Amino acid sequence: MKSLIMIVIGSALIHNVVLSQFLGICSFLGVSKQIKASASLGAAVIFVITIASGVANLIYDNILAPFGLDFMKTIVFILVIAALVQVVEMFLKKTSPAIYKALGIYLPLITTNCAVLGVALTNVQDGYNFIQSVLSGLGISVGYTIAIVLLASIRARIREEDIPAPLRGAPIVLISAALMSIAFMGFSGLQV
Amino acid sequence: MNKYLERIYNGVIKENPTLVMMLGMCPVLAVSTRALNGIGMGLSTMAVLILSNVVISLLRKAIPDDVRLPAYIVIVASLVTVAELLIQAYLPSLYDSLGIYIPLIVVNCIILGRAEAYANKVGPMLAAFDGLGMGLGFTCSLTLAGSVRELLGNGTIFGYQVLPESIQPIGIFVQPPGAFLVIALFITIMNALHIRSRQKELVEGCDGCCSACQSKCEKAEEVTE
Repeated sequence: MKSLIMIVIGSALIHNVVLSQFLGICSFLGVSKQIKASASLGAAVIFVITIASGVANLIYDNILAPFGLDFMKTIVFILVIAALVQVVEMFLKKTSPAIYKALGIYLPLITTNCAVLGVALTNVQDGYNFIQSVLSGLGISVGYTIAIVLLASIRARIREEDIPAPLRGAPIVLISAALMSIAFMGFSGLQV
Repeated sequence: MNKYLERIYNGVIKENPTLVMMLGMCPVLAVSTRALNGIGMGLSTMAVLILSNVVISLLRKAIPDDVRLPAYIVIVASLVTVAELLIQAYLPSLYDSLGIYIPLIVVNCIILGRAEAYANKVGPMLAAFDGLGMGLGFTCSLTLAGSVRELLGNGTIFGYQVLPESIQPIGIFVQPPGAFLVIALFITIMNALHIRSRQKELVEGCDGCCSACQSKCEKAEEVTE
């Protein structure tokens, strides 16, 4: 039990997917302009990554590994993720239009979010079983959401400030991310 | 200028994927801890990019428009798998230090971005040179970022001691925060040059829509407004 909790905390805070693994940087920098938008994207990412890491684990353990098709994992995973996002999108559209309205536009963006493929591949690398994979997916996506909402809040403040011209736009955002990353390094003390 | 050379100039200088377009930032930030890693990652990506551009250009009339993105992803993923196996077999130390970022070349925005924006419209020869130019631009900026981080964080470049031993290296630059700082520095310099040459546009990140960055950027922008 303790190790399962450590997987969630470890992947959410200690090895934060954005700030120390650098996965999903594109959307982290791109969609963090508004707090509301980034929170919706975060919710969509939690949804997709948690499901995708479970499905990827089932496929790897039951199809790829027994037949010795280990080398196919990149191709299979990316296709599974793309298909999964489509299915989730259709499912949400039919069953809960409210959630679909909030998350809908972000779902297609997630297909090529490298965090999703990254999680599926690291789970295989670490030899996680089904429950461990789902939890690590959950932890990673929660970590992503924490990071992107924090960055969006910082950017809301930055907008009011008088920043030297060359630093406007991407550089100041990257510097904020660097400071966040330094702060998150403090969590490495949590490791047991 | 020769149109093939123009492609290379375009990729390295005018539309440098990392420093001007801000595409494919994940590998730039992640593997630039050492100059050697930067060159290894850059060249692997370049090989995949040239081949994927050529294949997509050859198949541009065969692939139906509706399913083009899945088709591109399958092509790129196959090429990346080949590259991964080759690196694992012939350059095991590079394989270990790049780790998960080799399979993640599949979702590198530059590759799908070029397929969508350029390779599916022109002949294979031009597409190959476009891939070469973009790949070189990516390799240059990645190696530059790697060199700066290695120099500041470790006192070495390509493993050779450059700074005298008496100068204490700044360890944070080989840690994750250093990646953000160095790229921020590069883009600040680019912005300062742009301001000096009176170009209004500053470098802005694209909107998390890696598959077809340029085309979908405006759309995502509208929605977030």
